Amino acid sequence: MSQAIQFDAKRLPPEAEALRGEVRAFLAEEIAAGIFDPHDPNSESRFNREFSQRVGARGWIGMTWPKHYGGQERSYLERYVVNEELLLARAPTRAHFTADRQSGPVLMRFASESIKTHILPRICRGELTFCIGMSEPDSGSDLFAAKTRAEKVAGGWRINGRKLWTSGAHRADYMIGLFRTSAPASDNRRHGLTQFLVPLKTTDGITIRPVINAARRHDFNEVVFEDALLPEDHQLGEVGGAWRQATSELAYERSGSERFLETIHVLIELIRTLGTEPHVRDSAELGKLIAELHTLRRMSISVAGMLADGKEPVVESSIVKDLGTNWEQALPERARNLAALGSLSGAPISKGSREQFEAELAFATVIAPKLTIQGGTREILRGIIARGLGLR
Amino acid sequence: MSKPEQLIIDTATRLFEDMADPQTVNNEDELNWREPLWTELEALGLTRTWVCETYGGAGAGVLNGFEVLRAAGKFAVSLPLAETLMAGWLLEQAGLQLPPSGAMTIASGVSVRLNGDTLAGRADAVPFARDCQYLVVVIPSGVARSAQVVLAAVANCTIVHGENLAGEARDSVDLTGAHPVCVGELPLGIRAQLDAVGAVARSMQMAGALHALLDISVQYAAERVAFERPIGKFQAIQHNLARLAGEFAAANAAANSAAYSLSDISSSEQALFIEIASAKVRTGQAAHEGAMIAHQVHGAIGFTREHVLHRFSHRLWSWRDEYGDENTWASRLGATFATAGADQMWPTLTAI
Repeated sequence: MSQAIQFDAKRLPPEAEALRGEVRAFLAEEIAAGIFDPHDPNSESRFNREFSQRVGARGWIGMTWPKHYGGQERSYLERYVVNEELLLARAPTRAHFTADRQSGPVLMRFASESIKTHILPRICRGELTFCIGMSEPDSGSDLFAAKTRAEKVAGGWRINGRKLWTSGAHRADYMIGLFRTSAPASDNRRHGLTQFLVPLKTTDGITIRPVINAARRHDFNEVVFEDALLPEDHQLGEVGGAWRQATSELAYERSGSERFLETIHVLIELIRTLGTEPHVRDSAELGKLIAELHTLRRMSISVAGMLADGKEPVVESSIVKDLGTNWEQALPERARNLAALGSLSGAPISKGSREQFEAELAFATVIAPKLTIQGGTREILRGIIARGLGLR
Repeated sequence: MSKPEQLIIDTATRLFEDMADPQTVNNEDELNWREPLWTELEALGLTRTWVCETYGGAGAGVLNGFEVLRAAGKFAVSLPLAETLMAGWLLEQAGLQLPPSGAMTIASGVSVRLNGDTLAGRADAVPFARDCQYLVVVIPSGVARSAQVVLAAVANCTIVHGENLAGEARDSVDLTGAHPVCVGELPLGIRAQLDAVGAVARSMQMAGALHALLDISVQYAAERVAFERPIGKFQAIQHNLARLAGEFAAANAAANSAAYSLSDISSSEQALFIEIASAKVRTGQAAHEGAMIAHQVHGAIGFTREHVLHRFSHRLWSWRDEYGDENTWASRLGATFATAGADQMWPTLTAI
């Protein structure tokens, strides 16, 4: 079983490193123009359509997609570099991130040709925002308990029900929705779910309400469907085929840098507060954090390499997500203790450094709980890994 | 990117399966399996993969040697394989011919001196010294930062027995009065390189041992029945094994990456340092976490002499302390990043 768990040494190729320089230069210009501030954890929104369009104009959205759909046919490893640089800089990518990472690939595999030619190039230009309609009030981790119904009617589908926790629905042009087209079979509870493309802004019968999160941000939404009608060809893939389609989609979602870099600025500011000659105990704890981070990054790049080779590393990517999210979740607390002990021992820290660190720490502490819940809880991930070990 | 040869991996694995099966070794208290296995390893050139043929080696390359060590870790093989590989490498660095055969061990002899042609001083915790024909020692040469390598016959030294946690020989060797078989000059910086190679060797061994722990624990969970079902059906057990898989995966990735960097002659000093330090830290952490999870899954039976588990867990706890424990490497790694400053963290990590 554990023969299947591979993490070969993988290095980013030279063309990916050249691209890194271009991305950094682009970001420096955007920062200088005041478009965003990489040092502000509290920036209200990382949603900026114009910024996304400029990223798209560089060819950095849908980079790996076929050219006839607006993509650049570049490698997963080049995409990896663009992604990690944008994340580290805290660039406002929310307007295109989901479409690029998973919605576009779903459309490419399962949508009609007409939808693909109409929508994919627009995603690549940074013109379209997508959200993911999977969770409901009574089904989050238990994906297959979804109840929102899609009934076949003349000319299309009629949707009734509710989605919940739908991040960014209030700004999205489209949702990729998971709806029930038939009752689960007694021997197969995964049966009966189908994926659909939902035009959120132009479909009647859809009401979106905000759900403010514990960090006081509007990210989550409730999306209510009341006899909302979708055209026939907005069904994606096979009727009842969602369980199979969703599994591979989740591999894409699982193992990128976004799964371990969400609190990284706490580490950067911690280094600043420690100064250039920290006590050996502080150096050791810092060194462990660095070793863990470096290893996570190597694992993540290794998975990107597997994706580039056309593999579907479901277990490896679940492992990276589990290790990564637990690491980024634990980081603020470890940094907090290190900084506090340094302060108690009278180590000199500049006031500016301290304030910046405190700001990052406050933000990271408050968002920490969601890191092992979003996009697949720790418990679900460990179940997937256990299945990969042959235990389920 | 160069890759290790599957044939070498398969050969070493089959050899260990046939001649060093951990349960069989564990059952027999004597050590009769060791000599025949060593003879086979030598015959296949697996003890000399890091030395080119000119100097009496097998010339099979860096990655292949590390793969053999990973396989040895997977079988908890208690032989001076890593030591002989490293000793051979050191002799070649000094332009010295390897002895035609025989197990070699290795020591960093900080307090050993060569006066004329007589040695003086002691090296401690030398792996398998009592089982080896030769000892290779790196000694200061009297010129700042440079070193010499000395090949000595173990028979000419005085040994005091010592053991690591796994009961493997870690002997004290007094070289006083011994005459070297040969002496050579080493390039600058070799002592640090030896620590680096040793750290990656142990990282690979630990990655192999963790792989074994994962396989053994998964199999146990599938077979052991409690409350009318295999215990692997319980979520708590599944999640613990998922964590063990994660620790194994991290160790594997870290060790692979460090070995790759060592094998790539274009690797910068900084890249090597970060890869090796990270590997030794991460595999050392995984060693402990993994050992504890494996024991927990096995319950009481895993805490017996009779069960094979201790062969792995005790080696993991020993190996993590050799060639620099996690704290040693982490403090150096952290100091480097602190000195370079916060704004260099990301550029540094992405430059390697």
